[in-house]
Amino acid sequence: MAAISVPLQAEPNMLSRLMTRPTAAVGIAVLIAIVLAAILAPVIAPYAPTKLSIASRLHPPSLDHLFGTDDLGRDIFTRTLYAARTSLAVGFAVVIFASIIGVVLGLTSGFFRRLDAPVSRLIDAMMAFPDILLAIALVAALGATAVNVVVALGVVYAPRLARVVRASTLVIRELPYVEAARALGVPTPIILVRHVLRNVTSPLLVQATFIFANAILAEAGLSFLGVGISPDIPTWGTMIATGRQYMDQAGWIMMFPGGAIVITVLSLQLVGDGLRDLLDPRLAKDI
Amino acid sequence: MPADKAGAQQTVRWLLRDAITPMLHSILNRLLGMIVVMALVVTIVFVIVRVTPGDPAAVMLGPDATAADITALRSKLGLDGSILEQFGRYVLDVVQGDFGQSIFLGEPVTTALAQRAEPTFFLTVFSLVIATLIALPVGILSAYKRGSIFDQAATTIAMFAASVPSFWLGLVFIQFFAVKLGWFDTSGYGGPGASFADRLDHLVLPALALGLISSALITRFTRASMLDVLNDDYVRTARSKGMSEWRVVLKHAFRNALIPILTVIGLTAALLISGAVVTETVFGLPGVGSLVVSAVLRRDYPVIQGALLVIAGLYVLVNFAIDMLYLAVDPRVRY
Repeated sequence: MAAISVPLQAEPNMLSRLMTRPTAAVGIAVLIAIVLAAILAPVIAPYAPTKLSIASRLHPPSLDHLFGTDDLGRDIFTRTLYAARTSLAVGFAVVIFASIIGVVLGLTSGFFRRLDAPVSRLIDAMMAFPDILLAIALVAALGATAVNVVVALGVVYAPRLARVVRASTLVIRELPYVEAARALGVPTPIILVRHVLRNVTSPLLVQATFIFANAILAEAGLSFLGVGISPDIPTWGTMIATGRQYMDQAGWIMMFPGGAIVITVLSLQLVGDGLRDLLDPRLAKDI
Repeated sequence: MPADKAGAQQTVRWLLRDAITPMLHSILNRLLGMIVVMALVVTIVFVIVRVTPGDPAAVMLGPDATAADITALRSKLGLDGSILEQFGRYVLDVVQGDFGQSIFLGEPVTTALAQRAEPTFFLTVFSLVIATLIALPVGILSAYKRGSIFDQAATTIAMFAASVPSFWLGLVFIQFFAVKLGWFDTSGYGGPGASFADRLDHLVLPALALGLISSALITRFTRASMLDVLNDDYVRTARSKGMSEWRVVLKHAFRNALIPILTVIGLTAALLISGAVVTETVFGLPGVGSLVVSAVLRRDYPVIQGALLVIAGLYVLVNFAIDMLYLAVDPRVRY
């Protein structure tokens, strides 16, 4: 992968240009459907997510229960919808949190030569920890709450964003308009925000989309292991963990939430690939 | 002859200036960078336990613990004294290879890790072998037949594979191959005293699950770096010399595409360790991954710290080894 990407500014008609690419269009359409389904979960869902019904426990998929029921007779279709809210919210929050840290670290190391070596080594050291491993260690230390899961995954993914921002900043720093701004006496913080940050948004956006996908996979992993968000809140990971105990009698319990993860992550990757092709044609061959 | 001697001296001087000195300089540079990163890794591991809100010793012992118990555990965890004292002691211990004592297992962390290294090691190696065996031919053929149905199918499948959670694929495999077909045991590592072949048998499904998913990344990189070189001049020259396509692609193009591919295989090895954490739990393998997960659930901090240190340390070493490999493979590389 090329370390340095050509900075290109995100354009206002980006979405319509993205839609002209078939795979990206499919990704966006599916993603919008998932987000809508998550938001409208209380309207769409035929049951309450916590409604127990011992009479109808472990029912296979039917017209009454599209995705079947779990060990406590709860409707899996309903719970899959509600879990989408948690997964998308956590994934989105992770992206925002990681972006803030990543931008600060990337801008400082890319723009200020003296800070480059120490910050870059810190980024290297953080990247040495496998993502799930570092996340479970952090959650173990901080306590297993939704906020701490976001903080842990944010810390885990921030270095990746920092690398992308740093690489672009190194290029932009040398461009004539930055030099011109400096010569005109524009204060450094304003140069950083107005001239540098605005031009690193494209590579940042591409990377952030992939981080979103990774964060959803990681959160599912943490919840599955029982070291993530409280098991009272439906998440795809905890639903799969339940399904695991009943896999010989009720295989559907783990199939549907797993399928939901695959579809969500796949659509995010399609959008990310489309964005990369669009914003960074030089990298397009890296498909 | 004096002329020859002068020529030899010239050659030695040239070698020293243009080949050996920069090479040594590169190795030293990288070595220094690696030591700094290692030191930071140790610092991060030290900090992680200290970010626990409240007193980790009190949290571990629960509400019924006496003050004396808590004090005893604090000193066992190295949490007594000022933060600088704690850090100094920790670094000294780590440098001497002492990662502390597991609270729940009643044995040194290093012993606990060593006992569980085998399944993790073989799982990682087998997954990597499976991933590479799938990814290299598929990636090369994809690039060679760019835009063909094969290429499109391979690219789509690779993206799909990258979207599947490894623990879920593992469960699906267990359900199909172990529960339905009965070809494998559903979990475990064959129990104590199991033969090597029996233990390997328990690694087939987890390695397949992890390997298939990891092959996605390597396939994409192989395809991309092959595309980079397939249009290069020397490939065209080789073709125009009438060399067989087979030789052109494998000998001339693939060799030059190898560096990025090696990098991504190295990175995949590191990612596999992360995947192993969850996959081992799914398949009930008594490896480092499941050790960490149970340590987290029991708040056995020394084990968590030790595992983080070893795994991150290995990652840094692997990266260093890859960098050194570049130096050997490509004389133009400088650090």
